[in-house]
Amino acid sequence: MNEKDVMLLEDTFKKFYFEHFDLLHVPESPKLREFGFQKFNGGMNRHITLKSDKELHLLLMQNKPSDVYCSNACYRFPNLPMTEKDWLNADLIFDIDAKDLRKTHSVNNSVIKCSDCNQISSLSDSCHNCESTKLAVITLTCSDCIKSTKDEVKKLNQILTDDLGINPQSIEIFFSGNEGFHIYVPKSEYQEIGSKERAEISDYIMFRGAIPETFGFKKFNSNKSSLPKFEDDGWNGKLAKQLYGTKSNRSKSIQKIISGGYSLFQKRLEQFRDTIGIKIDPNVTNDIHRIFRLPGSINSKSGLTKIFVENLEKFDPYVDACFIDDEETNVKANCPIKFSLKNKKFGPYKNEIVSLPKFAAIYMICKGIASTT
Amino acid sequence: MVNLGSDEIIKYPFLDEAGKYLSDKGFSLEDFALNSDLKKIVENAFERITISLDGHIYKSDLTSNTASTTTETFSFLIAVILLKLAGMNTLTRRFSLAEARRAEKFLEKDLKNQHDDKSRKISLEILQELFSVTIQKEDEYFTIPIVDYLKHSINFHEREWKLINRKITNGKVQLTSHETVRLVRKELDRYIFSKINSSSSPEMIQGFEPYVTKLKLLAKKFEVKTVESTEYPPCIKHAIEVLEKGENLSHSGRFLLATFLLNKGQTVEQIAPLFKNAPDYNAKVTFYQLNQLSGTSGTVQYKCPSCEKVKSQNLCFPIPECDPIINPIQFGRKRV
Ligand code: SF4
Ligand SMILES: [Zn+2]
Ligand SMILES: [Zn+2]
Repeated sequence: MNEKDVMLLEDTFKKFYFEHFDLLHVPESPKLREFGFQKFNGGMNRHITLKSDKELHLLLMQNKPSDVYCSNACYRFPNLPMTEKDWLNADLIFDIDAKDLRKTHSVNNSVIKCSDCNQISSLSDSCHNCESTKLAVITLTCSDCIKSTKDEVKKLNQILTDDLGINPQSIEIFFSGNEGFHIYVPKSEYQEIGSKERAEISDYIMFRGAIPETFGFKKFNSNKSSLPKFEDDGWNGKLAKQLYGTKSNRSKSIQKIISGGYSLFQKRLEQFRDTIGIKIDPNVTNDIHRIFRLPGSINSKSGLTKIFVENLEKFDPYVDACFIDDEETNVKANCPIKFSLKNKKFGPYKNEIVSLPKFAAIYMICKGIASTT
Repeated sequence: MVNLGSDEIIKYPFLDEAGKYLSDKGFSLEDFALNSDLKKIVENAFERITISLDGHIYKSDLTSNTASTTTETFSFLIAVILLKLAGMNTLTRRFSLAEARRAEKFLEKDLKNQHDDKSRKISLEILQELFSVTIQKEDEYFTIPIVDYLKHSINFHEREWKLINRKITNGKVQLTSHETVRLVRKELDRYIFSKINSSSSPEMIQGFEPYVTKLKLLAKKFEVKTVESTEYPPCIKHAIEVLEKGENLSHSGRFLLATFLLNKGQTVEQIAPLFKNAPDYNAKVTFYQLNQLSGTSGTVQYKCPSCEKVKSQNLCFPIPECDPIINPIQFGRKRV
């Protein structure tokens, strides 16, 4: 990113932080957490300790970070190198991101940026300018993607409460600041389990590694009555809906399933991973030493804020998580498609200098499709 | 503390309470050399060990009169003393494994027992106190908190122990009595082993010598003549050492050792004896697995895992000679 862009972003982010200290808090037991931050065009600074909101605010003002992070884990010595930190426990966290839900990109909200000539074109297999196939896909605001990630969050919440026995009151949902949600479960009975145990929980949630026996299908002598029923708890009930469609269909479907044989059923279970498994990012959940984007901070991939979601149904990230003002800002914009932010439509722009409200200008610079020069 | 009746003392003689029962009886070890009734118990104790060495489980007389309680419990405690005197880790390993299997059977039966509330309560208490697993009975199932379940199941490799393959509701896993006990099998073995290991070693007792000598001889059978290992990398040496000590080598450790030696051109017959000392050794299974790895059973030969992989399994103990290599197989080879 060029220097003028960096300066604009730094000043804008700093202004946001200054005006919104109320959104930025250190989490519970701050002295036991590891903090970290990144600067624009800079590397990661980790192993930082902060004692209070005040120290956090000071860090934001002094360092003008592009991104700010905090561990979900607590350590006895959070500022020492990883091997000496002495891990104590960690909040259970989940990441649901539109990128893991999409099967394909849509021309309506994705563009490509060529890694060879930097040209931005509408979605296709090669650069419109130089025909290179080294491309990065850039996704812009999309209400469909937000809707499907929200649905996934709801499904996750149901498993967390019904199956894992987590009190719904202690589940906290945050918009990630880009195109997903971060789900926190602080202070649960799962607080002290390690990475391997968390991987088992991830696999459960994602429906990974299921075997036919679990659903009453044996290699020999399968018993009709032991196959999933609609009213069963856990995955059994959910699988019943997938397998039979309707209750009245059960008996007929089971006949088919059993005559299809063991390995066919095993295959179908693997396919169900894609349909009924929850699409969390297992790396996030299983990593107990991660530093995770700090709530209230801006995500430099978009200029939107990672923010607590009170009402998931009503939450609109493109309005509720966009805190930058609408001061007129000139940028050279290169965006072949339309997008909408704060209920306003923008684009398309053909490599032209335009005057935009600052929030849209910042969004486009963060996405890599505009520049101040 | 679990409050045991004489029945339970026979079933679980490794619990502290069992030892107390004996001291209450007022016997001293010297009595065993003199009293002919007690001599018989030493004989029993010796038998209890040899049975375990063959991988069998000692059968108990549960008639529960005072005489049998004494004989039963004594035979365990004297066996421990014999083992301490013999001082052979392999023997202790095998003995504690067999005793763990034996206790496991009782635990399972007691858990299931609908008619005897007391036995059931005690089995639940043992599981809670020794392994901090909180078990509740619900209809025909037992349920335990997911967190407790994961702590133990994480050590199993079979797919049926994965959380996804368990019925879970409201933070609890449903298990049968068999599965509940199976869940703590390893820990039960470890518990008994460390209990024996940490008990103090007595002086030689008159009358015990012949048994101790016999045990030492028996232990020889399990000793392994290892192939010259000087040119082996440290990870392989470590794996061999663990087996020689009769300690448990993890599945990945065995895999590393077997694939390494096979790739070095050793035969299944040459390698198999190395595993003879493992506490859960089974000749048939070992040969079967080695044949699988070697490719002789029609499959492809398995490759030795990379150093990186070995490292991630905590089985790597690098020395400067390891610097240029990425697979243990390359150890000692000169670069051209
Ligand atoms: S570096 Fe490789 S050869 Fe050396 S000890 Fe580690 S795993 Fe073995
Ligand atoms: Zn190009
Ligand atoms: Zn979309």
